[in-house]
Amino acid sequence: MKNEENGKKGAESGFLLSNLPSRHRAGRAWQLVFLASTVIGILSLTALLLNILDSSFGFVILRAKTDPATFAVNGIPLEDQTKDQLVNLLQGKLSRGAYNKLENEQPFAGRSRAEVYGIVIERLVKYEVEETWSLWDSVTRSGEIRAYAAEQYPGDKLTFISWLTTDFVSRPQSSEAVTAGIRTAILGSLWTIFITILFAFPMGVGTAIYLEEYAADNWLNRLIRTNINNLAGVPSIIYGILGLAIFVRLMEKLTSGALFGLVDPTTANGRTILSAGLTLGLLVLPMIIINSQEAIRSVPQSLRKASYGLGATKWQTVWHHVLPNAVPGILTGTILAISRAIGETAPLVVIGASTAINMDPSGPFSKFTTLPIQIYQWTSRPQAEWRHLAASAIVVLLAMLLSLNAAAIILRNRFARKY
Amino acid sequence: MNLKRRQRPGENVIQTLLFFAGFFSIFTTLGIVYELGKEAWLFFRLPEVNLWKFLTGTSWQPHINEFGILPLVSATLVTTAIAMAIAIPLGLAAAIYLSEYASKKTRNTLKPVLEILAGIPTIVYGYFALTFVTPLLRSIFGNNIVEIYNTGSAGLVMGILILPLIASISEDALNAVPRSLREAAYGLGATKLEVAIKIVLPAALSGIAAAVILGVSRAIGETMIVAVAAGAGPNFTLNPFQAAETMTGHIVRISGGDLSYDSIDYNSIFAIGLMLFFMTLTLNIISQRIVRRFREVYE
Repeated sequence: MKNEENGKKGAESGFLLSNLPSRHRAGRAWQLVFLASTVIGILSLTALLLNILDSSFGFVILRAKTDPATFAVNGIPLEDQTKDQLVNLLQGKLSRGAYNKLENEQPFAGRSRAEVYGIVIERLVKYEVEETWSLWDSVTRSGEIRAYAAEQYPGDKLTFISWLTTDFVSRPQSSEAVTAGIRTAILGSLWTIFITILFAFPMGVGTAIYLEEYAADNWLNRLIRTNINNLAGVPSIIYGILGLAIFVRLMEKLTSGALFGLVDPTTANGRTILSAGLTLGLLVLPMIIINSQEAIRSVPQSLRKASYGLGATKWQTVWHHVLPNAVPGILTGTILAISRAIGETAPLVVIGASTAINMDPSGPFSKFTTLPIQIYQWTSRPQAEWRHLAASAIVVLLAMLLSLNAAAIILRNRFARKY
Repeated sequence: MNLKRRQRPGENVIQTLLFFAGFFSIFTTLGIVYELGKEAWLFFRLPEVNLWKFLTGTSWQPHINEFGILPLVSATLVTTAIAMAIAIPLGLAAAIYLSEYASKKTRNTLKPVLEILAGIPTIVYGYFALTFVTPLLRSIFGNNIVEIYNTGSAGLVMGILILPLIASISEDALNAVPRSLREAAYGLGATKLEVAIKIVLPAALSGIAAAVILGVSRAIGETMIVAVAAGAGPNFTLNPFQAAETMTGHIVRISGGDLSYDSIDYNSIFAIGLMLFFMTLTLNIISQRIVRRFREVYE
């Protein structure tokens, strides 16, 4: 009897022991699977960034309609000529009507040299992109490409270019890939974000203060809280549809600027920067509220008690003690919300960001395009050269977002207080 | 000495202003429901449109007055299903790795990197899908099988977009499981894997379920990836290698041009939008309910 029991125990522990190596093996195998999944996520990020850089540089074959050498004045080649020389050249070579049209859009006196040079290239030299290669191909197969270019495109220019240049950032939009730039789009993005902040920041922080400091626990305030959480989950395109119905259509008089007599009422419509900024404002409002609420909540109760104890009113307590301590958190949350708004595309397409715009926006009632919209437009075109431009614009967009996020992190680390 | 409470009109004004700021969000919701509802109502009242055919029709051809939403819904389902097939296993595995295996230092470097993925604008993912994933799929499966625009590559890239969302929320849920549970399991002789899968994962299930539902809702509402990479033109198919237009993709394409008000196209985007709104709202509410009702509260 006793022996039997012992035998059973022995068998069991033997069973456990024999089981243990395979359990450990399974453990190690799965650990590898878990690690691999994490690595896949990071590899995707790397692939995405490399893919964009790969498209931002590379060989192109450019064909000039008119050889730029024919525009040399007194032996000075085109690229070294001054702005005045270039303007004279335009005056001489363009038809009078075309020249006056350019002058009317924006006087030549007010344009930069780079811009005038861009016009000369666009209107007179007229480079056309014949074929392009990615950075990887350009580096690994450069000999092959040179041979191919010499054979297929004799007399045309094969150059290694960076699609992303300072000119690309400072030039307005154009219908030619070689002269296209993103200044209009960047300014459009900045104007839109400015309106968004102006609207969403006070509104969001106000709501957060109300919910955290004033609101009693009743059904109305619970409804507001639930509602904000739900709004945070609404797809951005729905906000676009809302903006189209409310800001663009219903409030057209206000958003087009016609109410203030600032624009020509016959051509004005509600598809303006103001509508776009307000739409994005609605979109990021829940994010700002939720982040600000968290920041306000983390201010310790003892601060408020001390302030009340000294006879301060509610608002004095909030304004002089709660808010200053919550500001780093509120700003961090707001910056993150803004970087979301900068990258947002879908709602702006729906409310009708214009695409063929080469005039810089001059105020909240201007027609506009933004950086993501420009990227969307260029990506949608089938020709390869526009894809390269889209990649360069993405680099600029990501750089903007990265610096915003870095600012948020620095802000958080610098002002973070522990109680 | 007068001890009566002093009236402070300024305080009251501020409180009222703050209340209106708080109440504004209710207006936003009402605005969404009212505007979507109104225009959708105008759409369904049109003689060409019929609610039953709208919900069951398999052809969306506005120019011949056929308004069946199923082709748009099927494309949305295909992209969402592919995205979740990528995002759920990978996101969950990444969450388990970060929470249970990784050292604190590794976790604090890897998690922000994953969160960068979540902060990249979706148009950039669209570009990635069209210029990297689609050529990759075409070189693997053949150019005659995979079309230039296809729901497969849009779905794959959407999965990459949603992966960090699921990983991040699930990791928070796993992290919230108290240490005593793990120690008890170790004390009974469980291996690390057994602790992670049989003890921690079930305890965090409500948070993980909420993350998954949130991910699905995000995938349904995702727009720019499908607008760029999935193709233009409704197509009633479940084949991920063919071009098809999702609900969101259709709204973007239709409103991309200068859409004239009171046209049937204008009204139709509100009907589609209303459907989209209710689908995502339902998912979001379910997710919040799960978190609230099934949250295990320890201590």
